[in-house]
Amino acid sequence: MAKDVGGFPRRWVCSVSLVSETSVVDVRDAVVLLGSFPALAEATLTIERGELVVVQGANGAGKTTLLRLCAGLVPLARGTARVMGHDVGSNRAAVRANVGFLGHANGLYADLTAGENLSFWSDVVGASRTEVAAAAHRMGLSERLLSTQVGRLSAGQKRRTALAVMAVRRATLWLLDEPHAGLDAPGRDEIDTLLRDAVAAGATVVVASHELERSASLATRRIEVVGGRIVESGGHS
Amino acid sequence: MSNAQTSVPPPTRTATTRNLGLIAILGSVVLALLGLFFTAEDVVQGSSVRIMYVHVPTAWVAYLAFVFTAVCSAGYLRGKKHSLNLDRLAGASAEVGVIFMGLTLVTGSLWGRLSWGTYWDWDPRLTTTVFLFVTYVGYLAVRGLGGTQQQRAKRSAIVALFAVIEIPLVHFSVLLWRSLHQEATVLRPNGDVRMDGLMLFSLVFGVAVFTVIFAWLVLHRNRVLALVDAVEMRGIDAALAARHAEGVPT
Amino acid sequence: MSASRIVGVARAVASKDLRIEWRSRVMTNQVLPFAAIVMVLFAFALDNDGILQRVAPGLVWMATLFASLVVVQRSFAVESADSAIDALRLAGVPSQGVYLGKVAALVVQLVVCEAVLAALALILYRVNVDRHGAVLLVTTCILGSLGIAALAAVYGGLSVADRGRETLLPLLLLPALAPVLIGATRATESAFGSDGARAAEGWPWVGLLAVFGAIFLFGGTLGFGPLTDE
Repeated sequence: MAKDVGGFPRRWVCSVSLVSETSVVDVRDAVVLLGSFPALAEATLTIERGELVVVQGANGAGKTTLLRLCAGLVPLARGTARVMGHDVGSNRAAVRANVGFLGHANGLYADLTAGENLSFWSDVVGASRTEVAAAAHRMGLSERLLSTQVGRLSAGQKRRTALAVMAVRRATLWLLDEPHAGLDAPGRDEIDTLLRDAVAAGATVVVASHELERSASLATRRIEVVGGRIVESGGHS
Repeated sequence: MSNAQTSVPPPTRTATTRNLGLIAILGSVVLALLGLFFTAEDVVQGSSVRIMYVHVPTAWVAYLAFVFTAVCSAGYLRGKKHSLNLDRLAGASAEVGVIFMGLTLVTGSLWGRLSWGTYWDWDPRLTTTVFLFVTYVGYLAVRGLGGTQQQRAKRSAIVALFAVIEIPLVHFSVLLWRSLHQEATVLRPNGDVRMDGLMLFSLVFGVAVFTVIFAWLVLHRNRVLALVDAVEMRGIDAALAARHAEGVPT
Repeated sequence: MSASRIVGVARAVASKDLRIEWRSRVMTNQVLPFAAIVMVLFAFALDNDGILQRVAPGLVWMATLFASLVVVQRSFAVESADSAIDALRLAGVPSQGVYLGKVAALVVQLVVCEAVLAALALILYRVNVDRHGAVLLVTTCILGSLGIAALAAVYGGLSVADRGRETLLPLLLLPALAPVLIGATRATESAFGSDGARAAEGWPWVGLLAVFGAIFLFGGTLGFGPLTDE
């Protein structure tokens, strides 16, 4: 068994060339280096439109790097990676126009209020005031929260602000790294609802999560990252 | 993509490099003889003028190297396949350039000691040299920032282009700056000497010899850099194997 | 990428940066006191009223360069603190807009800093400025700041946006800013009338500052995106 790669059932996600035309994510033998450390080591993964994929795996397995690769935030050392048919290396602008990414950091300015952050991001991406108001309402950001400096918000409130920013971005591929971290139970449910709604509206969602129970109910497919490679661990629910 | 560009580079043991090396050695010997024995002393500066046959060629090589770095960097950025070899040539050239710029500073201040009586004078050329020396030390630091080889190449190519724009700007502004203080340099020899035919020939010959030395050094340094890159890629294969093994239960 | 979108992004980034500065008061509470103490320390080091008066222009611009290092580091630390720089990369925002916005905010901050330093020179070093000199001084400050900001935003983006590279900024920036220091100091000498210089003599140096600023603003607009987005 030890010779079998990873000791897991070798059901690699196969990438059939017929479907790759329409695949939202098509990553093949991707190697991503952080310094000289291969965070992703020949990972292969395809994700189709409308899937809600939960990525599991131990700390340091490569979950975050997989999401950052799909967002075009880290360069590919070997292999290929296409998102929406665009090459992640050579056509990053086209990839990013479609991608919303929420990592461990929220990407907010601590000295500005939640509302100022929202309007800054809507200004730079060219969203309208009504879209901003809708997103704020959706994430339960009250007037009082919106006029509070982000540095003074709780972890959960920051996360909700960041998600509202993402909603303003109108992304078609959502990449979320541990979105439930630091949230209370209602906050978690709120995020699950938001993600299901996004999928229902035609988006594709990839979530990295530690929380097995929660993700089991949420996911249409679960995959596991082990030693920088991807193993399918649960089928369609 | 990176794989093909970082395979083991061809050896430098070719006829061309060997001949270049021979020409460089013979040329240096002839230059030393010309500079030390056959050329005449300067009327004003005496024997100290002989430093010129080394000083001017080192300065020439340094500027040549920095321009070559810029040309390779532009080539890297413009090229469709983003050749890492051009990036390494740019890096090798800048390394040689920094060393020769350092030699220019040393020979320049030795000459200054003999003819001005001081190691340093705020001569525009010498002052520009100091700024460029530091600028390219900064460029080499940028090359060492890490990341993938393509990241390094792109980053340093842009910095190299910025640095080469700085050369005329710094030189021109230092020149303007010094022009206000002419009275300080009028009384002293400013480095320009009246040259007879053999002196001029020796100077041009020195520039030619040092250019050959530059080419020889860059060729070899480029191969070393290519080997370093190739070793790094080999290391990745080992690291990948180790990474895969992480998933195996023990 | 349309020009109006770039301008829109630049305006959003610049006003965001200035609002953060206004809110956090780092400029007024940390950078300006730092610049002021540098001016006082120069006075201790030189310890001679006559010399101080003569070298005041150089000291003002040396203090500006030191302060600019702090201001630029702060400007990009704001972006890297919560990975907002990643969000900017991801949002498909034109990098030219981000660059120009950063430069605009830096120019405003540097001009404020220079105004305070020049005022300190008037008081501490007892220099005098007539009306013609004041016009020259203001122009010099604006164009000098533009040159500093145009180059500093590029090298700041390279060195501060990723952690652990901050020490690179002075090494890259200071030698490259030599023309700004020379040009701005000479122009300010004319404005202050140091050593009997007349204001009219300062304008050619202002020209040098304008050329420097234009070249690196153009270069930075092209280079900032590829340099910071790896």
